[in-house]
Amino acid sequence: MVDEHYVVSDAESKRPFECDGLSVYKQMPGLVVLPSSTEQVRKVMRLCFEHKVPLVARGAGTGLSGGALPNRDGVVLSLARLSKILEIDPDAGLARVQPGVTNLAISEAAAPYGLFYAPDPSSQIACSIGGNVAENAGGVHCLKYGLTVHNVLQLTVVTVEGEIMTVGCEGMVSAGPDLLALMIGSEGMLGVVTEVTVRLLPEPPLCRVILASFDEPEHAGDAVSAVIADGIIPAGFEMMDSHAIRAAEDYVGAGYDTDAAALLLCELDGTEEEVRYGIEHVTAVFRRHSARSIRVSANEAERLLFWKGRKSAFPAVGRISPDYYCMDGTIPRRMLSRVLTDIARLSREYGLRVANVFHAGDGNMHPLILFDESKPGELQKAEAFGAEILRLCVAAGGCITGEHGVGVEKLEQMLDQFSDAELAQLNAIKDALDPDTLLNPGKGVPTLKRCQEYRSA
Amino acid sequence: MSVVVADLLEQVRDATAKGRALCIVGGNSKKHLGREATGERVDMSACSGVVDYQPSELVVTVRAGTKISDLQRLLAEENQVLASEPPEFEGNATVGGTLACNLSGPSRPWQGSIRDHVLGVRIINGKAEHLRFGGEVMKNVAGYDISRLMAGAMGTLGILTEITLKVAPKPEATVTVRRPAGASDGVRAMNDLCRRPLPVSGACWHEGNMYIRLAGPASVIAAAADQVDGSVLSDDRGFWSGLRETDLSFFADAEDLWCLSLRSTCDHFMPDANWLIDWRGARRWLAGHSDRDTLERFVRDVGGEAWHMRGAQKGDEVFPDRSEAYRRMLLRLKQALDPGGVFNPGRLYSWM
Repeated sequence: MVDEHYVVSDAESKRPFECDGLSVYKQMPGLVVLPSSTEQVRKVMRLCFEHKVPLVARGAGTGLSGGALPNRDGVVLSLARLSKILEIDPDAGLARVQPGVTNLAISEAAAPYGLFYAPDPSSQIACSIGGNVAENAGGVHCLKYGLTVHNVLQLTVVTVEGEIMTVGCEGMVSAGPDLLALMIGSEGMLGVVTEVTVRLLPEPPLCRVILASFDEPEHAGDAVSAVIADGIIPAGFEMMDSHAIRAAEDYVGAGYDTDAAALLLCELDGTEEEVRYGIEHVTAVFRRHSARSIRVSANEAERLLFWKGRKSAFPAVGRISPDYYCMDGTIPRRMLSRVLTDIARLSREYGLRVANVFHAGDGNMHPLILFDESKPGELQKAEAFGAEILRLCVAAGGCITGEHGVGVEKLEQMLDQFSDAELAQLNAIKDALDPDTLLNPGKGVPTLKRCQEYRSA
Repeated sequence: MSVVVADLLEQVRDATAKGRALCIVGGNSKKHLGREATGERVDMSACSGVVDYQPSELVVTVRAGTKISDLQRLLAEENQVLASEPPEFEGNATVGGTLACNLSGPSRPWQGSIRDHVLGVRIINGKAEHLRFGGEVMKNVAGYDISRLMAGAMGTLGILTEITLKVAPKPEATVTVRRPAGASDGVRAMNDLCRRPLPVSGACWHEGNMYIRLAGPASVIAAAADQVDGSVLSDDRGFWSGLRETDLSFFADAEDLWCLSLRSTCDHFMPDANWLIDWRGARRWLAGHSDRDTLERFVRDVGGEAWHMRGAQKGDEVFPDRSEAYRRMLLRLKQALDPGGVFNPGRLYSWM
């Protein structure tokens, strides 16, 4: 079925599979299997189905919500060996790839044709497209170019019974309920993806970044809304607070204004005329919103330098704290100042620092809670603080996860987001497609039993 | 809970108890799509109106029976628009119906479909529960994507009551460049052009001409239009609205009409037939009688689908045949959302 060399059962070799990017959750799997084709995936899944063995599909293991946490008595199905780019059709603007291909490898393969794959999660150098599909990954450019769900045309899916089916099509619309969208973001709980057809877009000829600093986070937040209300859709629109600015600046020296309370990075791309038009409008808006300083990248090297600070914000924060816990709540932009104020209050109450990095354009917050795991109780405190932040997001009209997924991490917060009837409906869909709860059990949607436990706690 | 929703819940409860089918009707503008509906009418027209509109967030929430044309008028006041350019069908099309049928206009390949823009929905399921999925933010991966699952379901999985959509800034101007081309050359030329980073918002071949529409700030599209061969149309609105509304004479005169969704670069085929090619080649309309099996076999080989839009015999399937595994998945989802099978039975497929 699968070459025995690729069936891993000894503890030492299984060790790398015991957790994903959220390493506070660990569990050694029963067995790790690394198939190399859709047919092998089908056979393994069929066997697991017949013997009622739980199965967790795994891409590169970079997920941040424990979505790839194994089961002790189950199989981890690693798709790492399905790593071929099967086809690039530059004229149609699409690529057919296997799920183990990394996100960045798709853009690299498309680059000679002047094309790129738009979603760019921060782990793009390592994360796999299969994992991106499972989590509906976003990135810094999804304000303009959309999420994974907007950039995938077709999937080959193996069902829990071991049947192969195609959802979506190579055109731009497929009849009937959108099974493609149902599969995307379903965290490996409804099927396993073995082939992905993605859209490729023409690379914009020009790309420039405006770097602006502000004395008040509110001014920066209002400036973001004003730019978008002005009819400009930047390619990326990021915000950092003073903790994040200083940590990043100390780490990489991107030339950030370290006296500022907030910093905005606004990327504009397109033809020369489009970019020029955008820069004129955005800088005018920033000036109207009392920006302390405004700089426009003069060349590609400077653009990359401006981004470098933002892109290294997480490791930079890692330097100023032994551990950090990254949240992923999303809010309507207009609620930004209110939510930031509340986070600052909670930060004082919990006695834990927070650095805020924020996909401002689409309202996706990544507060980084700084803590020290070696201090007893501090991890639990950080988790409780994080849960409160997510409740704030839901209360503000937002949601508990923008792009990291629910996994095991946010099961309890699903109760803040959904009513029991809504959770029962989600579970009914899971039951319909996976009646024995074999695919990634214990993730994504809390079971009715767990709901009752949480609600009564 | 509004009186309207309470009435709808009561109607669903009643139908489930009596085992009667329901037929969901918004503006009744899409009766010609899909298969014939039977059952007791659920009138969505009272379930209309704007719930919330936040122009600076680019987000609007409306009740499902709200007319597309009314919504576009409201958005226009803020210089915004539904970017997917859905047909308005003489002002009768509703937001709910448009999402249920997942209908998009000529801008779809560049601006996305209504399925791409839906952020959240409220639905009534077959257990007469009023549920909310998704929300009003662009990024949301909590729970399965039931909002988008509803797109294209044609009401078979539940009643949409409220829909939150992402809207877009209205382009300052558009320019259309036209040039004569045969269909084969037209398909190639449209795909070539779309590899270039130009602000394209329409690419169609019709009656010996290729039409390329550019949209954006006036200064931007003036520069872009110089890079596209052909002559600028002095007034392009009639052509694109006729394409969007499918009321160009090509459509109006067709007794039999097929719509094909396939890879845009697929070679032009059946050259003697009467074609209109939209979406840079990814959507192809075929007017005139065609053999269903031949057509289906052909499009399946090129990764596509054929829909019979007009001229099907009563009782025929109009949407593409599906594999056993696919059918089973659809039926199980139907069972999960509508266990009594009351919503629009037979509207999508005879077996669902």
